[in-house]
Amino acid sequence: MQLKLSLRHVAALMISAALLQVSLKAFAQSSGSEPTLSAGFSFSENSGEELFASVCQGCHMSDGKGATGAGTYPSLAANRKLEAVGYAVDVVVNGQRGMPGFGTMMSDDQVAAVVNYLRTHFGNAYRDAATPEDVRVVRR
Amino acid sequence: MQSEPAKVTKRDLLSLIGAVSGSAAMYHAMTSLGFAADSGYLGPIRLEGDPKGASVLILGAGLAGMTAALELRQAGYEVKVLEFNSRPGGRNWTLRGGDSFTELGGMRQTCEFDQGLYINPGPWRIPYHHRAVLDYCKRFGIALEPFIQLNYNAFLHSTKAFAGAPQRIRDIKADFQGQLAELLAKTTQQGRLDEVLSKEDREILMQALRSWGALDQNYAYKASLVSADFRGYARAPGGGLDAAPIPGEPIDLTDILESKLWRYLQNFALHAFQTTMFQPAGGMDMIGKAFARELGDVIRYDAKVTRIQQDDSGVTVSYVDLGDPATPQLAKADWCVCTIPLSILSQLPIDVGTRMKAAIDAVPYAASVKIGLQFRRRFWEEDEAIYGGISYTDLPIRQIAYPNTGYNSTGRGVLLGAYVFGGANAYELTSMPPAERVARAVECGAILHPQYRAEYENGVAVAWHRMPFALGCAGSWTDAARAAHYTDLCQIDGRIVLAGEHVSYLPAWQEGAILSALDAITRLHERVVKT
Repeated sequence: MQLKLSLRHVAALMISAALLQVSLKAFAQSSGSEPTLSAGFSFSENSGEELFASVCQGCHMSDGKGATGAGTYPSLAANRKLEAVGYAVDVVVNGQRGMPGFGTMMSDDQVAAVVNYLRTHFGNAYRDAATPEDVRVVRR
Repeated sequence: MQSEPAKVTKRDLLSLIGAVSGSAAMYHAMTSLGFAADSGYLGPIRLEGDPKGASVLILGAGLAGMTAALELRQAGYEVKVLEFNSRPGGRNWTLRGGDSFTELGGMRQTCEFDQGLYINPGPWRIPYHHRAVLDYCKRFGIALEPFIQLNYNAFLHSTKAFAGAPQRIRDIKADFQGQLAELLAKTTQQGRLDEVLSKEDREILMQALRSWGALDQNYAYKASLVSADFRGYARAPGGGLDAAPIPGEPIDLTDILESKLWRYLQNFALHAFQTTMFQPAGGMDMIGKAFARELGDVIRYDAKVTRIQQDDSGVTVSYVDLGDPATPQLAKADWCVCTIPLSILSQLPIDVGTRMKAAIDAVPYAASVKIGLQFRRRFWEEDEAIYGGISYTDLPIRQIAYPNTGYNSTGRGVLLGAYVFGGANAYELTSMPPAERVARAVECGAILHPQYRAEYENGVAVAWHRMPFALGCAGSWTDAARAAHYTDLCQIDGRIVLAGEHVSYLPAWQEGAILSALDAITRLHERVVKT
């Protein structure tokens, strides 16, 4: 009986290892509509669209319109506050009130990408783009 | 004349301090005289002096708000509580079969667990030194059972080590400790500690290393019945013929170091997680429900606060009943204890000074996700002899926690299939629809436990940023924010004082919520009886 259990355990481990390969492959292939699960503390998504879908959408929702319960996640749709590039960059990097800052979890390029995505979607059509340099200067 | 010994007892001294300086000073003095238990809890609060019918409006029926309401009412105040949810407890919450909830964004989940099975989506464990929580449990007659933080037979798992095979905590712990002991023994024998330790102490150290590390008579850690006493056996000792134990081969130190599995051992060493830990039998919400039972109809549910005003004569709180959101209502009182999470309070118009307002605005709320999964059978017990405790992994689920109750029973069981706190994955899982969070948890968990594939039945996923009553898991203080704002957050601003885990040095712990409430009402009461 003991031996049987032990063999079963070995078999289980082998299956685990095999499944792991499959699963990691699945993580690597994630993109676009399929949300990514990053491998570390920081976000591995690169495009503004992916970052929005994996981070911002958690609170601001997939349509960017936010949501209301006991408090409100503000709408990012047609949002005049996004007019100033520096403001949007600062909020993403350093947070604001209950919103955590993402400065330690995103590179300069990632912050610029997600800000540019927000400022050109959801009824926003700002022409000027955030640059990695804009991000670097607001890091505290 | 026979004189009494001229001895001032601690109690005398405390009475004196209390009489001269007020109860807050006494509370502080008790702490410094060592009366205080680990968390600073001093036993049931005594608010002495007549509040002369003063009224207090309490915002939030979580543990902080209900502690304040219960103790203030006991002290003679007229109390009323406004609560957003239609249940008490706030983040003190348990999900059982039949429970439904809707997250921000409108997605609704109904928990499909069998009778008697549950998860605690919020707080789930109580350290032995959280004496305030334990005392309220005792006062309410809440049965506690052990929460298993360390199960030697659970797993540590890295996707990047041991070809992805999970390792038993026991093996990693014993083999790591044993080989560190061997290394230190060699170093000692080579004379490299001669300048640090006396000859006598070096001899004692060698004994200690042998005892602590399971070293053999040559100070080596290797496959032997000595190391097997710690790490277990390839074949365990049995009875009868051919039952002699066979030791297993230790995992090489280099492999352990490079696997980084050692980092999880901290989860068993930290003061907050040291044995003994507890959970209420039947679910964490036994605590919130007991408070609410004591308070009775003092709590008004489904009340959404929209504005908090104060002037010299009192506090006026605007709110709406969620069943009739178009009709604004007012609640008035002499004082206000506000336990609304800062994630929400920072958005409300509130009459407080600029310093307190800055403090309210200074605390971001952490992302966290918990996922409960029901299985047809308790395979972790039946197949793997894992009874309670937690497996840790670098997969996005981070943890699999096994139920610390109902051991060895047949039938279905519920695992905590993910507990993610902060980091990219907490946000990514929050961003997914609930069904996808559950599907990912099943996919990841099957890597540790292949039985998931055949045995999984249903699941429920709570993403704390999506919870309408919290907008986040807990206040996420940095040292800089604390230095700049914490003292301001604790002040009584006119007629308003804040309480909750966010007004404590125990963020995300129930103990912090209760202690902050006790401190807030102690200072508030002092002000009331003086005026």
